[in-house]
Formats: sequence, structure tokens, C-alpha cells
Amino acid sequence: MRRRADFPRAILVWMNAPLEGIGRIDPARQRQVLAALRAVLPDDCLLSREEDTRPYDCDALTLYKQVPMIVALPHTEAQVQAVLRICNSLKVPIVPRGAGTSLSGGALPHHAGVLLSLARLNRIIRIDAQARIAVVQPGVRNLAISEAAAPLGLFYAPDPSSQIACSIGGNVAENSGGVHCLKYGLTVHNVLRVRGVMSDGEIVEVGSNALDAPGLDLLALMIGSEGMLAIVTEVTVKLLPKPQSACCIMASFARVEDAGNAVAALIATGIIPAGLEMLDRAAARMVEPFADAGYDLDAAAILLCESDGTTEEVAEEIGQMSAVLRAACATRILVSCNEAERLRFWAGRKNAFPAAGRVSPAYYCMDGTIPRKRLAEMLIAIQGMEAKYGLQCPNVFHAGDGNLHPLILFDDGDPDSVRRAEAFGVEILEASVRFGGTVTGEHGVGVEKVNQMCSQFDRATLDAFFAVKRAFDPPALLNPGKQIPTLPRCAEYGRMRVSGGQLPLADLPRF
Amino acid sequence: MSSPILDTLADRIRAAASASSPLQIRAGGSKDFYGNPPRGEIFDPRAYSGIVGYEPTELVVTARCGTLLAELEATLDGERQLLAFEPPHFGAGATVGGCVAAGLAGPRRAANGPLSGAVRDFMLGAKLLDGRGQLLSFGGTVMKNVAGFDVARLLAGSLGTLGLITEVSLKVLPRPAVESTLRFELDEASALQEVNRWAGKPLPVSATAWVGGVLHVRLSGAAAAVNAARATLGGELLDASNSAAYWRGIREQTNDWFAGDAPLWRLSLPSTAAPVALAGAQLIEWNGALRWLRSHVPAQQIRARAKELGGHATLFRGGDRSAGAFAPLAPPIAAIHERLKAEFDPAGIFNPGRM
Repeated sequence: MRRRADFPRAILVWMNAPLEGIGRIDPARQRQVLAALRAVLPDDCLLSREEDTRPYDCDALTLYKQVPMIVALPHTEAQVQAVLRICNSLKVPIVPRGAGTSLSGGALPHHAGVLLSLARLNRIIRIDAQARIAVVQPGVRNLAISEAAAPLGLFYAPDPSSQIACSIGGNVAENSGGVHCLKYGLTVHNVLRVRGVMSDGEIVEVGSNALDAPGLDLLALMIGSEGMLAIVTEVTVKLLPKPQSACCIMASFARVEDAGNAVAALIATGIIPAGLEMLDRAAARMVEPFADAGYDLDAAAILLCESDGTTEEVAEEIGQMSAVLRAACATRILVSCNEAERLRFWAGRKNAFPAAGRVSPAYYCMDGTIPRKRLAEMLIAIQGMEAKYGLQCPNVFHAGDGNLHPLILFDDGDPDSVRRAEAFGVEILEASVRFGGTVTGEHGVGVEKVNQMCSQFDRATLDAFFAVKRAFDPPALLNPGKQIPTLPRCAEYGRMRVSGGQLPLADLPRF
Repeated sequence: MSSPILDTLADRIRAAASASSPLQIRAGGSKDFYGNPPRGEIFDPRAYSGIVGYEPTELVVTARCGTLLAELEATLDGERQLLAFEPPHFGAGATVGGCVAAGLAGPRRAANGPLSGAVRDFMLGAKLLDGRGQLLSFGGTVMKNVAGFDVARLLAGSLGTLGLITEVSLKVLPRPAVESTLRFELDEASALQEVNRWAGKPLPVSATAWVGGVLHVRLSGAAAAVNAARATLGGELLDASNSAAYWRGIREQTNDWFAGDAPLWRLSLPSTAAPVALAGAQLIEWNGALRWLRSHVPAQQIRARAKELGGHATLFRGGDRSAGAFAPLAPPIAAIHERLKAEFDPAGIFNPGRM
């Protein structure tokens, strides 16, 4: 029933059991659901021919592909409600999608489901400068909020690398971070209220335009829920005053351990830098020809360390931080003298992913978070894995919060390279858990890391996640199969790890 | 389970569940007044206590539920760090578990800049004994973690209705290098306007409180930033000991304004909401987002006004709690609450009716 030959374009995955949503579209079912949806949506809001639905077959995690049965592109919340009511009555799974920039396959379509794109709900409803909030629809791009708020001296703090493209609805689903979240927090710290539609079509509002709401903090649950609890239709975000000035230090280190110790030493002084990022030598050498950032290509590691605030505050912090970095054996320290130079320092870091795309046919971005003190140990472990799998892996880190983005470079045209890349990734994820961290700091579990959730959490806790899911979505129609592994899935993953990755019966239904 | 104390607590939960006999989770009892009246046999988890992990350079502390909040804060203070949500204790017996379960934050809640937030904003992980006596472990000890639903944050403010919180990991932050308090004479409307205007500027304001025509503003941060802000804002400077005592009095509600028997209402509103304009006395914090009201006006009228202004009202202390301490929930939200409660606590034994 799930044969490779059915999916010539899908890269079927060696380590993973088949995913719930992967399969063949049933034409009769497609006609039935389409007819029902046509009654509530105009024709221009529905796609079902393969040439139209193929562009939606994956998000930014291109290892997994599946053409959706139907794509729905509503313009309004009322249309979202109508789609959900119909899907609920016909028991059709729904996969929500924002800008499709998920790195974990959160928007991977379902072969028997509707892919619900929120891209057309893209209005900034209002910005209230006095209250320092923006009310936006889910399809609004992250950066568009800060751009709209800039004339008022305000900005929206979370700044994921994909901020020119990613949507706020997707940010809510993934609890996105960015390079400034050590100081300014994640999406969960910067969203006040979410309005959404439940799988039965009912409207809910969690949080409020005040700082809290009565009852349990359902807003905290909704953020980072990967589209599994409700479909977001409106978001109130906090806006912060733009810092008067910002300045960045670029420090080189001869040893990775020195850079790791420098991070701890900075925190120990009582300063929370606005950004604290690390690149290893391979990453610096990869991005330099692409971004021309002026990185020290002989350093084992480079730290970017930013201060922002009032002019006086920045001057004070830069002085303190430079002294700490010198004491921590930095071999070279440069301080940005102006905004152009500061942006140039950051250009390398922010372009790490595109640079990886330039030097390699494909790359696989990991997202583990570990206690900061184990950064050097992790880097050394990754070096060992590079040799073991015969693949290169430059590393960029959100060093301040221990969030790693190893970029495994591989050739997606070579099945053996794909297999090794995936096994490499699994080993990094497992190491993150072993070091006392997590498999995902900000990219989400999606389909990518669903197996490794079995390593990070015990069964009782995984079942509690399912309990939360049932409380919001009793028929389990919203983004099924993502994020939380079932008991059989974990049992199978455990067996595969023991047997070295051979999947015995590929045809077994595996939820 | 890893600890004989946890085993004992889990046994007690299982016994209560099989007898359908409610448990009132209570440690120091410092927040007995808060929420709907507690019911059930007292279930005291204070035997499970102690700081189990604290590494200042990781900015994380992990403590068991029975740890005294004062002990935790003293430990952090020794490393020049703090709980940035500045929790009220409301008594010497306040514990870490109670602090998280109550989910109450103090004056720094609405600080301008990164040193701000509610209890939930600093929750990194939590362990919970659920209604089946199972130990569940949510989140972790790292700053960024999006694996699984964020149940650790959900537990902040859950008032023990989902289970017994046995251990929490909290993000901690460096203590500000300098704090100063300024005093201004302003009427209510002008004070509301000013604090909101300042919150939109890059000023290191870490707390505001307005009462009786006087606004106090606390500045926290690097010396240079605080000094520059003082020059910008003007006002009259309080001396350091008066400053600390003032904010302690607001946080712990030992300030004279909180004395007496008149019902104390907590109105959580958008910070720019118009003056409440109800009969009674008011104390305003959080740049206008928190308005304390001493008033004998009927509950219904206070709730209606709070709703009209875009927020909600809680009967915080005193008064008649028979109509419920908290604002009623919208029907779909109430349905989610009921289902969550039934999943985590199927026998309905934990703090029934408290929320």
C-alpha cells in the first residue's frame, strides 16, 4: 500500500518509519471533498490539479515531499471557518501553511488532506503606537511588522533568519526565535493574543490585549503547537522601542574551547548581550566569499557579540565585554564603528544558510540546544561524525542560548549521501539529548524529529502531549502525525536503533 | 520514581484518586486567600525541597516545589542574579511550587526591555505528578526548547488544578547594576499617558506605581543608562533604602493603601485603557496594565467595566467570593479547560473549584 514506486520524487527515508501523511491521493475522495468545499469557497481559492498542487509538496525541509489532495487558499477568517467545518464533517485532515519556510516539515502535506494556506490573510489590521501593539493577520511577514512599526520608533523583536519571508502565523506555530532572542525572547514572549479557529469551526481567543487572561495560560500552549491545536487567524504582537544605538564586537579565538569559555565569562559579568553568535572555522570560510563580512579565516571560532540600548549604555557594555573577551584569550577583537560595519559583521552569520546552499548541492540544518558549557564538547563530537559519515558540517550557533545550527552538506542526487546525511543528523539530535538539551531549539519537531522525541521524553509525557491535543482537537484533524510520536512509532524507532536502521516491514501501518 | 518522597506523594495521589477524595495542595499557605476557596484534605509537599541545580553562567536554576522562595532568592542574590518576574511572597512560608502555581508577578512584570515578564515567561521546564500519580517531565533546562507542547508554561498560574508541580527550572537574569526611583505628582489620566509614552521609548523603566496623585517610577540597568534616563525624566529622586522599601511594600501589598477590609479587585487591562472610573480607591501598576481597586461596587458591575475596557477583573482579597474570584471564561475556552482538567486529573481531585 505504500510502495516506493508510487512516489518517484519523494526521497524516502532510510531511518524513519513511513509518515502518516505520505500516500497516494484517492481521486474519488478528492472529488467528494472538492465538491463540498466549492459550496463555500470561490473557485480561485481551491487547487486540486497536480500541476497546481505540486508547488506545495514540501516546505523548506525538502527531504520529505507529498502532494496534497487539495489546496485551499481562503481570503477571510469566515472562509477558514467554513473549510474547517466541512473538513470536520467529512473527517478530512488539515495541514496549515504560512510562508512554507519551516525547516522541520511542519507544513508537509497529507495525501488525504487539505493544505490550508493562510497566505492570503496578509493584512496588518492596526498598529497602536501608544499601546505598543500590532494586530496582524497570520500571513503577514515577520519583517513587514517591523517595517510598518519603524516610523513610530518601534519594532517586533523576534528575528528568525527567514524573516524576510516567514509569516507571523508560522512564527506562532513554531515559537520562532532569532539572533536577538537571548535578550528579547522568543515568539512566546512577544505575542499577547492569538485568535484562531478550532477544528470544529469554533472561534477562540487566547491571551488578550492586557498582560494576562483569566483561566489557564492557553496562549503559552498555542505558541509552538505546530498547527496542531487551532488555525491562527489573527495575532496581537508586542512592539518594543527601537534601541537608540547598537554596536557589535567580532572576536577571534584560536581554540573552540576558548570561545565557549568566553561566552560563559560574558554571562558571568551580568551582561545579557543583544546577540551572541558563534561560527566555527568551516562556517567562516564558507560564508566569507559569499558575504564579504571580513571574518578572520584563521580563527578556530568567531564570536559576534552585540550590545544595544542608549548610547551611554552601549559604550559602557562594549568596554566591559571587550575586556572580558580579551581576558578569555581572544586573539583579535574588532568593534563596529558604524551601522554599515555592524551590518557587515552580521551579514556573514545571517547568510550562513544561503552560503551553504552555494557550496553544496544540498544542506541539512540541525537545531539542537544544549547547555552552553557543553558547546566545545559538542563541536568535537560533530568533528568525529564528519569523519564517520564522510560529510562536511560547518557550524553556526546561537551561542548565548546554546542553540546549535550544524549544517550538514550533502548531495541530494546521491541516495547514499542522503542516507549518510540523515544518519548524521540523527546522531547530532541524539547527542543533544544526551548532553542534557533538546532536539529542537526553534525550528520545531514537525516530521523531521518526531522519532527523536521518543529519546527526549518518556511515554507518560508523550501521552500527556496527546492529551493536550485531544483537549483542543478531539477529532485529531489538525496537522496529524506531526510533533508527537505514537507508541508503535517509538517502539519501532527503539528497535531500529538496536538493529542499526533496517526497517523490517515497510508496509505496516504506522500511524 | 527517583525519590522516596515522590513515591509517597504519588501514593497519596493514587489513593485520593481511587477514593475520589479531593486534595487541597498547600505548602506555606501564603496564598490561601487567592482564587476560589480551597477544598479537600490538605496535601503538603514541602518535604520535597531543595535547589537541585544552579549554574549562574547557564542562567538557569532548578528547584523542588517545597523550596522556600526566600531561600531561592537569597541563593540567586549571592550570584548577583534574580527572578525577573519579582514574585510576591505574601508570607514567609512562600514556596517555589506555590509561586509557580499562583503565577503572580510583581512590579517588574511590565518593565521596559528584556528584564520583564510573567512567571510563565521564565519557565523552562517543570515536573508534574498528574492525577494518576505519574511523574511527567515537560520542557528542560535550556533557554530554547520547542520540543512538545509548552506545558511547563501552562502550569504557571494553573493553581494546582492540573497536578502537583514537583520541580521547576526557571530562567534567571543578572541583577541590574543600579536601581533608582523617581517621584512625580500627576493626576491619574496624565500618569497613564506618561507611563505609556515612556514605555514606547528606550528608557530603562522597570516599574511604575501610581496612587493618590503620586507616581513612582523605578529605573534599573547599567549606571550610564539609569543616569541618562534620570536626566531625561526629571522628578524627585528617592534615596536608596526608601526606594527598595517602597517597591517591597507594593509587591507584598504591605503598603498602607492595601490595609483595611474593603474588597481588593485586580483589574488586568490594556495599559492604555481609559481610567476605570468606578467608586473606590485605585493603585495603578505595570504602566496602566494592572489596576488595583478597593471597592464595594457589585462584582457584576466591576467585571462589566473591566470587560468593556478590554480586560478582566479578579476579586483578589476579601469580599464575597461566592460568585467566583475569577472572570467567567468564554464557552469554547471553558470547554478546553474542562477537557484539559479531565485529561490531567481524571478523578477531579486536585484543588477542585479553586480556579
